[in-house]
Formats: sequence, C-alpha cells, structure tokens
Amino acid sequence: MSDHLIIAPIVLPLLLGALMLFKRGDSQRFHRTLAAIGMVAQLAVAITLLVQSSDGTIRSYALGGWQPPFGIILVLDRLAAYMVLISTLLGSAALLYSSGGQDARGSNFHALFQFQLMGINGAFLTGDIFNLFVFFEILLIASYGLILHSGGRKRTLAGLHYVVLNIAASSFFLIAIGTLYGTLGTLNMADLAVQVTNMDPRRAALVQSAALLLMAVFLLKSAILPLHFWLPRAYAAAPGAVAAIFAIMTKVGIYSILRVYTQVFGDHAGELANFAHVWLWWGGLATLAIGGIGVFSSPDLRLQVSYLTLISVGTMVAALGMSHPASYSALLFYLPHTTFISAGLFLLSEVIGRQRGRASTRIVKSRRLRQPYLLGALYMVGMLGILGLPPFSGALAKTLILFSAQGSEGAWLWPLVLGSTLLGIVSISRAGTTVFWRSGASASTKGPLLNLRTGGAVVMLIGVAVLMPIFAGPISAYTDTITAQLLDTNAYTEALLGISIDTAGEESGS
Amino acid sequence: MEALFSAAVGILTTCGIYLTLRGRTFPVVLGLTLLTYAANLFLFSMGRLKLGASNLVNDGLPDVDPLPQALVLTAIVIGFAMTAFVIILAIRARGDLGSDHVNGRRRQSRRSKHDDPLELNQARGGIKR
Repeated sequence: MSDHLIIAPIVLPLLLGALMLFKRGDSQRFHRTLAAIGMVAQLAVAITLLVQSSDGTIRSYALGGWQPPFGIILVLDRLAAYMVLISTLLGSAALLYSSGGQDARGSNFHALFQFQLMGINGAFLTGDIFNLFVFFEILLIASYGLILHSGGRKRTLAGLHYVVLNIAASSFFLIAIGTLYGTLGTLNMADLAVQVTNMDPRRAALVQSAALLLMAVFLLKSAILPLHFWLPRAYAAAPGAVAAIFAIMTKVGIYSILRVYTQVFGDHAGELANFAHVWLWWGGLATLAIGGIGVFSSPDLRLQVSYLTLISVGTMVAALGMSHPASYSALLFYLPHTTFISAGLFLLSEVIGRQRGRASTRIVKSRRLRQPYLLGALYMVGMLGILGLPPFSGALAKTLILFSAQGSEGAWLWPLVLGSTLLGIVSISRAGTTVFWRSGASASTKGPLLNLRTGGAVVMLIGVAVLMPIFAGPISAYTDTITAQLLDTNAYTEALLGISIDTAGEESGS
Repeated sequence: MEALFSAAVGILTTCGIYLTLRGRTFPVVLGLTLLTYAANLFLFSMGRLKLGASNLVNDGLPDVDPLPQALVLTAIVIGFAMTAFVIILAIRARGDLGSDHVNGRRRQSRRSKHDDPLELNQARGGIKR
C-alpha cells in the first residue's frame, strides 16, 4: 500500500477533479466540501511522502510494472517530496481564499484547480522527460482555463499572450525531446545521465543544442530575461486565488532546470558537464536587474508583486548558475519563502483593490480602506518579508544566497541583489504610503472585509515570513540534505537502474 | 527520402515561426498549428526513417523503433487540444477586445482601416459590435 503512495499526489487530484466535473444546479457547496476533504487528504499524503523520503532512499514507482528505462516511472526523492509539500500547502491556502466567493464567479473553478495541482505534482514526481512534457501540458491547459476565470477584457488579453507563448514553447519542448531521444536513445532521466557520460563525442554538439533548447523552454516557464514579458501582465490580470497558485508555476521551471542540469548534465557529463550554468548565471542576473526596475516603475500593486516575483526568479536562477552545493541549498531555502509570500501578497492586493472601489489596485490617492490597520500590517510584513529585511524570512534567505557566492561572483551578485532590494523598498514605501495613508477622510463602504476564509489564507501565507526565521535551522539543514542527495547522481542511477555511472563507463569502455 | 523529409520539417517550421510572429490572431493560430505539425514530424523521424519495416509484430521484416510513434501519438492529441483551445480563445479575444490584433489595438490610420474588412463594413454601417 505504502508503495502506491507515490502516485497519490497525481491520482487524488485527478479523481477529485473528475468528480467535480459533475454538476447539478448549485453544486458550489458540494465542490467546496470535496475540495476541502481532498486538500486534507493531499496534505496527509504529502507529509507522509516527506517523512518517507527523509531516510535518504530514492523510491521509484513503475507504472504498469514496466521497469526503467523502458517504462514510465515516478521517482520520489527528497527534492520531489519537498516540492510536492510546497505545492500542496500553497494549493490549500489558495483554495481556502477562493472559497470566500471567488470560485463562484465562473464555472468549473474547482475542477480546473485540481487538474492544475495534478500537473504540478506530476511534474515534480516524474522521472522521465517525456512525462515532464505531458505534465507540463496538463498544468498549462488547466492554467489556461484558470487565468480566464470570471472573464474580462484584461484577462482575455493576458490569457491570449500566455497561451500562444506556451503553445509555441511546447513545440520547442517536443523538438528538444526528439533530438535527445534521437542522439541518446532514451528519455528516462537516470538513463540519460548514464548515456551522456558515455556519449560518442561526435554527438556532443547535437546533444548540447537539444539541451539548450530544452533550457529555453524551462526559462520561459520561469520567466528569465528575454522570455519574461508574459509574466507581469498574466499574473496581474489573473484572479487572486489563481495568481496565488501561479506563484509556484515559475518554480516548476526552476525545479526542472535543477533536476535536468544537475542530474543529467552535472559534473559527470564529460564534455557537457555544467555547460548550462553560465547561461543561467547571466540570465538570472539580468532578470534581477529588470525586476528591480520593473518594481520601481509599476503603477499598480499587483504589477508590483508580479515584478517582485520576477526578482525572486532572477535570484534563484542566478543561484542555480553559481552551481555550488551551498547555493543550491540556499536556493531551496529561498524557494518556499518566495512562493508563499508572493502568493499571499497577490491575495492581499486583490482584497485591498476591492475595498478601494474604483481606484482598485492602482497606486493613487483614494478613499480609506475598510480595514486599514489589518491590511496595512499584513502588507508591511509581506513586503518586508519578500524584500528581505530582518527579522523576516527574506533576510535569511537572501543572506544564504549572497554568502554562497564565491570569488568574483560576489562582485556581480551582491550589488544586483542589494540594489534590487533597495529599489523595492523605495517603491513599496511609496506605494504603501499612498494606499494606506494618503486617503480621504471618508471610509470606503463597498468591497468585502477580510473574513475567516480569505483572511485565514492571507495570514497563513504571509505568516511564513515570521515562521521561517524561527524554524530556519531545521529547514536549512534539510535543504542541505536535499542538495547532497541531488548531487549524488551515482546513487540516483543505482536506485533506478541498478548501475552507477562510473561502472557503466567501464563496461562500455572495455 | 531523408532530404525530402527534413526539408518538409524545415519549411513547416520556418512558415510556422513566420506566421506566429504576425500581428493578427488568425495567422498566429495557423503558425502554431504548423509549428506543432513540424514538431510532430520531427519527433516521428527520431525513430529513423525506414521503408518496409514493422514496428511491433516482427514477421521477418527489419524492425523500427516504435517508441517515437507512441510519443508522437501523445503529442498529436495534446497539440490538437491546445489548437482547439487557442482558436476559441482567439474568437473570444476578437469579441472582448474589438479587434483581432494580438495586442487588442484598433487600427487608427485611415489606410490600414480600409485594409481591415471588418472595420470597413462597420464604416459602411455593416457589422456593429
């Protein structure tokens, strides 16, 4: 039974989503109850998987009993379990918020949401590049539906750009997969690692071009500089609960890069060892800079949070580009922090916008909010948290990343990270002053108050800024063990294929 | 055969990319379709092109790798669904934004106004939105 638990994060949302497609009249209540039960079950599964994986063994689940490298496999290691837990927690919070009324403004919200979770969890668990493509498509098609939820001109426009870009990216993904299969003869990640090590050197150029094409696709998902233009508009236009779950979509791209470019093209890959990192490093730094400028120039609260997401993506990809174990570990510490808090800020800015009436989330003078103190305090904690001012989580996370820089890397990383933080602080103080203080005497009467559901979700997500520093020791110790397991490619191939890379090399050599 | 096949994939990709970069939603959708076809054909050819070979039942014929064919089947289905979705979205965008431009802009200059059959009709009191 416990063997089959690995597939539960995929099957559970699939079944729930399929159940939610049945509707009769007003089934909102039924859907919410089902979603609540489902999220509790998924949380239980995710925690069990985390506990299971923490013993350090790599478990695999061969679908239909077909053994790797031929069959489709799911792989549970520490990293996968960690990511599944993050996505499940985020999904629970977003659903809690949406049950405050957002889910009823449009059809099939809950079903699409479950399919979205299925795609995200599947992408984290799969051990095969083609299935990574399939799960990407699942999460994308669900997100296409969600971004258009409850309609509107802005959403249609942002949705159109988002959909067209991602369909084009899917074609490139397929071409990259095709080239990898044509040159290396496998799509299983562990087998790819073995094949890359023992590759015919004449094929190196082809494999490298396929890998770079694949990286372009992942970088589009995670919104790195030349490929980031879709993100601010899409995230600012999406409904709050959807923008919150989208906060992990960029991290799916980062996870895929982390998986493919350390395990397949890592230190062992001979000619192609770590060839991708120079691209990641400069791309990440450039995104950091553009994110800082974007935050500084955005006239709207939600746009501002979108650009803050861009800054965090840039920081993470730059950390990936440094490719030291310490920077991977710091990246994994930074990842949940930025995911949860930016999701919380998307929810919060939507609440603020609705209480302000016509001014919405634009940073202009308007009527007083209905709950100025509560929303103001949450805004302050969230913003200081994500920007990285002590005593909140961002300070620790950014410091870990800054200190993992070695040699001349620091000369680039420190000014850019600190500079973008400074720009962020200037613009959030300007925005906060305008929204919360420069308001008229009369209080707004429209717009929903932060209630137990919406407020609960926001407090849960922004509370991470306070909780992570308290539990920083255990969390960073855990991310260290994740990194150690991730970098040990021999253990990975041994667990999945029964051969280690070194011995495979000797066999083919003799 | 290889040359013909690769030329076909190349031309499809070129046309697909060109059309995807156009400003109207209809050419963009066509471009995405061509790009998907090119990707599918490319993926198919990764099992190597062979004539007179069998893929699953080996009755004395030389065999060809069946996996790319399975992959391409999956990719075709996914590509089909995505194309259907983007067509509906393009129609909806035409309605919501009042223009079939990907940025939702209406053409301002007189010359380009007459290039657009729908705008022309509207000027004559034809189609009203």
